[in-house]
Order: sequence, then C-alpha cells, then structure tokens
Amino acid sequence: METLFFLIITLVAIVSAILVTTCKNPINSALALVMTFFCLATYYVMLDAPFMAAVQVMVYAGAIMVLIVFTIMLLNIRVDASKKHSHKVVLGSIIGFFTLVNTAFIVIKGHVASPNGPLTGEMIRQQGHTELIGREMFTNFLLPFEITSILLLVAIVGAVILAKKKI
Amino acid sequence: MGIEILGLPMMYYIAMVAKVIGAFVFVLLTVAYATYAERKIIGHMQVRLGPMRTGWHGLLQPIADGLKLFFKEEIVPSQASTFAFLVAPLIALIPAFITFAVIPFGGVIEVAGYKIPLQIAAYFDTAAGRVYDVNVGVLYILAMSSIGVYGVVLAGWASNSKYSLLGGLRASAQMISYELSAGLAIVSIFMLTGTLSLNEIVNQQSGFGGFEWYVFKQPLAFVLFFICCIAEINRTPFDLPEAETELVSGFCTEYSSMKYAMFFMAEYANMVTVCAITTTLFLGGWNGPLATTIPILGPVYFVAKVYFLIFFCMWLRATVPRYRYDQLMHLGWKVFLPVSLLNIVATGIWNYFIK
Repeated sequence: METLFFLIITLVAIVSAILVTTCKNPINSALALVMTFFCLATYYVMLDAPFMAAVQVMVYAGAIMVLIVFTIMLLNIRVDASKKHSHKVVLGSIIGFFTLVNTAFIVIKGHVASPNGPLTGEMIRQQGHTELIGREMFTNFLLPFEITSILLLVAIVGAVILAKKKI
Repeated sequence: MGIEILGLPMMYYIAMVAKVIGAFVFVLLTVAYATYAERKIIGHMQVRLGPMRTGWHGLLQPIADGLKLFFKEEIVPSQASTFAFLVAPLIALIPAFITFAVIPFGGVIEVAGYKIPLQIAAYFDTAAGRVYDVNVGVLYILAMSSIGVYGVVLAGWASNSKYSLLGGLRASAQMISYELSAGLAIVSIFMLTGTLSLNEIVNQQSGFGGFEWYVFKQPLAFVLFFICCIAEINRTPFDLPEAETELVSGFCTEYSSMKYAMFFMAEYANMVTVCAITTTLFLGGWNGPLATTIPILGPVYFVAKVYFLIFFCMWLRATVPRYRYDQLMHLGWKVFLPVSLLNIVATGIWNYFIK
C-alpha cells in the first residue's frame, strides 16, 4: 500500500517537475513547482518527519513561491516567446546526466545507504520530530543557528537600505 | 470487529469516513446559512429586515441564491490565462476545507466497543490508552492558510483585468503581512503548551470551569491572532482586495456563475475555519461543563463557540468601516508585528522566572 502511494506521488512529482521546465507561461511553471514541493512534503511525511513536511509547505510553497508569483505578476511577463532549442539544452542534459550518476553512486555505494546513528524511526516516533529538532538546534547547533540568524538580519538590513533612497 | 484491512480494524475506516463526511457537511451547511445569517444580522443591526420573501423569514434564501448562480452563464474572458483562471477558485476553496482535518471537535466517543476520537486526523491507541493525532497540527493549519493565498493571487492575475490585478496584488501583500503576525501571536501559546498537537492543546485547557482557557492567560495573543485572521481571510474591515467602492469587486470581478460562487463559499468557509482554529487555541475547544462525562456535549460546545465567533465577525462587518491601504500596512508591520514579538519575550520571561 505504501509502495503504491509512493509510486503515485513520485509520478506526480516527476510530471510536475517536467512541467516546470516545459510550460510556456511562467505562472503555470510556478504552479507546477508548487505541486513538486507538495510531493516533497508528502515524502517527508512518509519518512516520519512531519515537521519538515509542514515547514516545506509553509516556507517554500507558502512564502517563497508566493513572492516569485508576485514578482512575475508585477513584471507582467506573459507567454515566453524565446527560442525553444539552443545549445543550453545539450549542456543542461550533460550536467543533469552526471548529477544523476553521482547521486546514484552515493545512494548505492556511499554511507547514506545505511544510516546507523541514534536517530531511528522508532525513536523519532517516541520523542517527537519537532522536539528532537528543537533540542538539537538550541544545544549542539546553537552557533550555526545564531550565525544563520545574523546572516538573515544582514540581508533584511541590506534590503531596507537598497529599497529606501533616503534613510 | 473481526475484519481487518491492512492491519487496522474495519471500524477504523467506517469511523474515518463518517468523521470526514460529518465535518464536510457541517462546514457546507454553515457556509450556506452563514450567508443568510449575515444578511439577516446586519439587516437587523441597521434597522432593516434582511431577506424576507423566500420561505418563512427568507429561510430558503441560500438555496435560491445557489440555484441562481448555478444556472448563470459561465464566462471565461478571451484574454484570460485559461488554466490559472479555472484552477484559482479551486485553490481558494480546498485549503479552507482540509484545515478541518486536524481540528478536534469533541472528546473520545465509544461506538460498539471501539473508541473514536472526534478529530479527523487522529486515532485511539488502545495499548497506550491515549489519542494520537498529527503532532504538527498548528503548523499544518499555517501551511494550508499560506496555500490559500494562491487562489486570490492567481484569480487576480489570470483574469487579465486591471481591477482584478490590483485586487490580487493587494490580497497577496495583505495576506503575507498578516500571516506573519498571526504566526508570531500563537508562538506564545506554544511556549505555554510545549506541544504543536491540537488535541494536547485542547486537553490542557480543561479544568477550573473555563479559567484555563488561553484567552485568559494570553489575552493579547488572542486579540492579535483574531484580528490577523480576519485580515487574512479578507473580511471587513480589511476587505481591500474586493473593495467594491474602489475595485468593482476586486480579484473576482471577471468571474461568473459557479466559479464566483466558489470564491464566495471560500470566503465563508475560511471564516468558519478561522473561528474553529481560534476556538481550539484560545477558547478551550470542545471543553465545557460535563463535556468529559457526556461525550456528545463536546461537539455542541464546540459548535456554539464557533458560531459565537462567526456572529462576532458579522457584528464587526456591520460596525467597523474599511481601512485605508496604508493604514492597513502600518497596522500590520508597525503595530502588530512588534507587539506580538514583545508578547513572546514577555511569555519567555514569565516562563523562566515565575513558572
């Protein structure tokens, strides 16, 4: 049952990922990308990571993509009339092929193939996914967390300075 | 109870389907009669009668409205982006309904020896003796409400009309701004509960005859959250995306027939959902006198509280004039955001030093 569900979701994910690149209308591409994000969120749920799933939908589908759609609307880009075939397709396929080989190699031969740390599925279900992430983030990974927040603060201040002519 | 499908008893599936259909029918009926109630309540507040002609005191008005909209001509503007135009009402309507999956509307009832928690995405674990539900329920609600923005934005863009586009732009800016404050307002609730599961949050609010409700512990968060929610579902006094005096009818100007009706339903369904969420987080959910001993009282209390909040929304609409756009942005970014952040800091200090 779970395998069947996984296959259906994968089909939707792949079809919408293809649609992202083939749609002529940028808004339709953006919608297809949102669909892909939803499929990724479903994977997270199936991997016992509900927090990641909710954040995936909230941050990517809910915030970032809305801003992208907003920008497309403001710039009023209609149907993309540029040439469909160019040398970029060849370059893109070569890069894509090597990325695929690389990923396949890591999945089959790398250390990722059999995770054997303290975080088993059973333990995540018992302690709660959100609790585990929160505890790790505010104890062992406090410094990276704070550095990330300073980075975001710098970005916000930068955006305000760029947007305002007179401060 | 002998039959099992995929490791779960037959009763599980029956209960699940019954709960889904029950919640769906409840929201649909409430939406239909909320339109009637709104016209009637605002009518009486403004010393009018409201609808009187269709049935006894106009009781058949929603059915008449539905039939009228159903038989209207369906027009898709020739210059519209067809796919986005068709899909926008669906995206507006669906998140409003599926949010109900995580809201607990009652305690645990027992049917033929099988214990059923009255919450769609939950089950009763007999071995552990407690209810398990989605443990990120609140985040799920926030995620779904952020998806609802797409419906309005796409409708505004796809219609290829100036009024619609302006409505869509206003809606997206407004919803993004107020989503932030709403999210920050309920962070202070999580700091008190220590959980994101809605079932747990409701359980923690039982006892002391209602004085454990978070509306008493976090009055500021309640006010902030409710106002932000009203702004997020685009109701008066924040209904700028469809301000009829400025933008004809905003993002749904070009829509007709059932597609227009779907936006209308989405607005009311969102109102029901938002009131249900506020009830769950701040007003004790289904808790009330004798609710734990007589399980059937749970849904009754829940519905009563939700209907009171819906009445409050309508009351606001009859009383408060519409905000100007710059006032709206000022209120969202310069008042609500700092106040909700301060509330978080204050709750943190309370948690650390006093509790």
